[in-house]
Parts: sequence; C-alpha cells; structure tokens
Amino acid sequence: MPAVKSLEELRKLREEAIQKRKAKTTSGDVQITVAMGTCGIAAGARDTMRAVLDEIEANNLTGVIVKQTGCIGLCELEPIVMVEIGGQPKVTYGKVNVERARQIMKEHVVGGKVLSEYVIQSA
Amino acid sequence: MKAVRSLVLVSNDPDSVARGAQEVYRRIQEEVKAFGLQDEVAVTMVADIGRHDAVPMVMVYPEAVVYGPIRPDDVKTLVEEHLYKGRIAPGLMAPTRELTGRIAWLSARKGTLPAEQRIVLERAGVIDPEDIEDYIAHEGYVALGKALTEMQPADVIEEIARSGLRGRGGAGFPTGTKMKMVAREQHPKKYVICNADESEPGTFKDRLILEGDPHSIIEAMVLAAYAVGADEGFVYVRGEYVLAQARLKKAIAQAEEMGFLGQDIFGSGFNFKLHIHSGAGAYVCGEETALIESIEGKRGEPRPRPPYPTQVGLWGKPTLVNNVETLANLPPIIRNGASWFKQFGTPNSTGTKVYTILGNVNMTGLVEVPMGITLREVISIYAKGMRDGRTFKLAQTGGSSGSIIPAALQDTPMDFDSYAKAGVSLGSGALLICDEDTCVVDLAKVLMNFFRSESCGRCGPCRIGTERAHQILDAMSQGVGKLSDLNDLEMLANGLNQFSNCGLGQTAAVPIRDMLRHFRAEVEAHIKLKVCPAGACAMSGIAGRH
Repeated sequence: MPAVKSLEELRKLREEAIQKRKAKTTSGDVQITVAMGTCGIAAGARDTMRAVLDEIEANNLTGVIVKQTGCIGLCELEPIVMVEIGGQPKVTYGKVNVERARQIMKEHVVGGKVLSEYVIQSA
Repeated sequence: MKAVRSLVLVSNDPDSVARGAQEVYRRIQEEVKAFGLQDEVAVTMVADIGRHDAVPMVMVYPEAVVYGPIRPDDVKTLVEEHLYKGRIAPGLMAPTRELTGRIAWLSARKGTLPAEQRIVLERAGVIDPEDIEDYIAHEGYVALGKALTEMQPADVIEEIARSGLRGRGGAGFPTGTKMKMVAREQHPKKYVICNADESEPGTFKDRLILEGDPHSIIEAMVLAAYAVGADEGFVYVRGEYVLAQARLKKAIAQAEEMGFLGQDIFGSGFNFKLHIHSGAGAYVCGEETALIESIEGKRGEPRPRPPYPTQVGLWGKPTLVNNVETLANLPPIIRNGASWFKQFGTPNSTGTKVYTILGNVNMTGLVEVPMGITLREVISIYAKGMRDGRTFKLAQTGGSSGSIIPAALQDTPMDFDSYAKAGVSLGSGALLICDEDTCVVDLAKVLMNFFRSESCGRCGPCRIGTERAHQILDAMSQGVGKLSDLNDLEMLANGLNQFSNCGLGQTAAVPIRDMLRHFRAEVEAHIKLKVCPAGACAMSGIAGRH
C-alpha cells in the first residue's frame, strides 16, 4: 500500500475501507471471526479455527470470510466465535470447541438457524 | 456473596441518612422478603452514589436505574414494579439533570448493562489485529494525522494535560505533567518507551491491548514522541508475550510501509523509528529505570532516582516512559478532545480503567469501566458474584505490589484519590478476589515469597527485608510465630518502604502493612491460639500434629 502523506489521504483510505466492508455485508457474505488472543488460543481457538476452515472446504462454501481478532474480555468463555451473516446482527458464541464449531457451521452458517444455547451476546 | 439477579444500592452519605436512608433500606429488605425475592435480589448500602440533589437515592442494577429522592412510602411501589414485575417504576426516577461521572455513565446505559465504557479496548476483539486496513476503518491514525498536521507539540501536551489522564501503571502520575517534563529538556536526542513488561501476577490488560489492537500503541507512541520531541522509541515487551511481540512486529512493518512510522510522517517532516525490545523474565524490569538499564544491555537493576528518566533516561537522554494502557488513551483524547474524555470517571481520576478479574468469582476476565466504580459493583455485576455463593473476604489489587482490600472497603469508589484516602492503592489493575477460605497470612507469605525471589539484591533493605519477612510469615503459618514478630514485621515494612532503592522493595511493604492493619485479629490467632481461622495454613510446626 502507498504511504499516506496527508489527513485527506487517510480519510479517503478510511472511506474505501469502510465501503469495502459494507459491500461485503450487503452482498450477504458471511463473516466468521474467531477470537485469537492468548486466552483464546490456550482454550483451543486454533482447533476451532481449523474446524471452521475445514467445514468450509469440505462443503465447498463460498462467500464466507474467516477473520481473527483479539480477546474481547470474556476469557472465561473462550474460544469465542462471532458470526455475522449479511446485515443481520452479529451473534457471539462462547466455549466453541471443535464439535460446536462444526455444528455452528452446519446449522447457523449454512442452515441459517442461530444456536441459541451457545449464544453469549447478540447485538 | 451470591450471584444475584438484581443488586439494589441505597445511598447512606450523611445527607441521605438525615433524610431517612436507613428506613428506606429497612423497608426495601422487608418488601423484598414479602415478595419472596430475597434469594434473587441483594440489597446493600453504599457510601456515596455521587449525587446530592435527590437523596436518599436507590440504584438498581443491572438496569442501573437511579431512583430518588425515595421516601419510605415509595418503597413498596418501587420493589413491586421494578424488582417483582421487572419494569421501571414510573415517577420515582431521579431527575436526569446534572448527571456527572459514574452516575451519568450508568444512566446513559440504562437497560444495556453490563455494558462497559470502552476507550482503551474499543477495538480489541472487534478488528483483525494483523490488518492495518481494519484499524484505519475504525478511525485509526486519525489522531496522529490531526496532531501532526494541525497541532503544535505543545498543543498536544496541553490537550493531554487538560484531559486529566493519569498513569495506568499503578502510581497514577499525571501523564501531561510527565510529558511537559520531557518536552522542556533541551536535548537534541530524546526517547519514548512503552512499558509493556507487565510482570505483575494476574495482570494481563497490556497483553490484550497489544494482541488485539497493536496499531493503537504505535499511533500513541508516535503521538507522544511528537509531543515531547523524540525521534526514536522502544516497546519493552515481556518475554513471555510471544503472540503480542509477533503481532506488534507485523503491525510495525505495516505502519512503516504506509508511512505512519519512518521519515516525514504525514508530510510534516517529523521522523520516528520504533523498536521492539523483548524482556527476559525479571519482575524488576517493569520498574522504569531497571527497564532502561535492560534496554541498554545491562543487568536489570534500578538506578537511584533522581535524576528521573525524564531528564536522564535511556543512554543518558531525556526519556518518556509510559504504560501500555496510558498510551492507548492518547489517540482517543486527541481525536475527541479533553472535554470528551473528562466526562468519564471522577473529577480527579478521569477516564476508564481496565481491570483483570480473577479469583473465586463466577466470571473471570477483563472489563473496562469508568474510574470510580466500586469493588462491590465489579464483583456482583461483571464477575457475576462469588463462586459457589461464598462470602467475599478480600481483594488484592494490582498484582503483587497492590493493596489487600478488606471487604469493609468494597463500597469505596475505585479511583486514585478515594483509594489514597482509604490508605490503599489501585495498583496496575488486577483484581484477585478471594473468599473466606483464603488465609491472609498465607496470602502475605506467598506474596513475600514472590518479592524475595524477584528482589534484584542490590540494596540491603529489600534483599534482607523481603527474606526476613518471608521467614516470619512462614513461621506463623506453621504455628510457631511469636507475638514479638508483629513488631518485627511492622519494622520490616517501614524499612522496606523507606529505605529500598526502588518500587519493588517499597511496595513489598504494602501487603504486610495491609495485613496488620485490616486483619490483625486473624494474624494474632495464628500466634496466640495457634489456629488458622480460614483453615488454610498447615500449622505443621506444632508438636503432636501431622
């Protein structure tokens, strides 16, 4: 990426980044975010992440973006996975082990049904 | 304390008491019982809710509705409507005018608690820490651009000073003042250092910021460097924080590529180079002068102060050393202004504080709340009560160098001044919550063992004092302590505090002093009765026991 030399350029860059993100939500893309702080990784977030990627590959899913983020402060409930489908509210799942991750992929991401028993926050 | 559905606080400052707060409190308890809610609702008195225009006030969590003034006759309606039927009792709420500090914050978040006020952790857990574009999309580097293109260095410092930000590493020194001290040094070379050594046991807020939002620290360091006139900086990251270091390294490379680090940043002619320095596992290197020695490649031993690093720091140059959390506050202050920042927290401790909660509670983790919230609120709301419905006995703040806070102080607002007045300290933000099975002698012994092994051994008071204090506490926990030990401990604590060379020895005195001040009876039971009331000490030194 080119160097930013003025506040104006930064604003433009920011607008572009926001637009890019908006385009993803309006097109109905699925965003899956796995919390990968040290606490998450210690609780098994890497395995969770692997299971998510594995499900995408095994079922040839398209339009799914997998991202990582830091700790959200609920270390007790790690590994934490957030699912955002298109413009729908973000759903946050707690204690997502490999089985739960697979279940979330099958039932929520593909099937569209929120697994309310694992939800810790929805906003 | 059990995990409860609702928490009711009744103000009992002198004004409230004069207007019948005691009677309101009694009636609430009666009504709660009458509706059979005593297992779900906790009622408690709180020293000062922070407003005096509508006393006595009643605050109900988790909705954080403030009622007032409440007369005893209002209680029945309040309990029936709010606690039994679960809706806000109309007509009883306190007028919304003149809301300040904690109350304003709570009031603005009615119905959304346990919401936190996130300034420092705004983006942690939201953005991808390895993607600079994500940071930019969330207002990243705007503050830096604003400062470099529209503000003079002195303006930046002035804004920080006006915000009232105080250091979050434990001591609470005003950040603006420290910056002024470095800025006024006439020296061609200056440094800024981010202290990310975070070796206080139980503290992990800095790690979370570095792992979740590394660019915010880079932005803050360039800001601080611009303000004080430095062109080179170091982030001193604890050696164990492998992930934090990896993410920071990646972030620095991205920032350099996009011109937020390096030469002529934002076309302003300002240059800044940032390095990472990995710590090697010594607790004392969290002390700023030992940290500086460590970066210089020497043994991590504190220097005598004064001169302070603001004058003679890294390689003898004026150096600004700040904690990660303090730095993370800089970009939001520059972006939104000092007045915006001052609306959070209390007048003398502005902004928020990140706490790491651990111990015998239902929910451990990390919260960012305004300064001035009480320990009781943290335990009941954010930690979801004590584990297994146990009773709260004490909290230890700020890793090992913080205070031991007895249950009696759980309604004291957690801000620098209120805690200083109560003779305790906020520390670095760890809250180790202990229930009644924790023995205070045992706790002090564990802490002293920590200090004893982490003491660098350079000055006598610390090297010998921590060792001797540990021996005495160990004897007590085995049931072979003497009454004269109490005087010895006090003397050791004074010696540690007054004559130690650096903060390590000085704060090693704190647990001993707090133990003797708040838990003297329990300590004496170990000596006179040879009994550990909490049942934690083995008392193995007593003949006939095994």
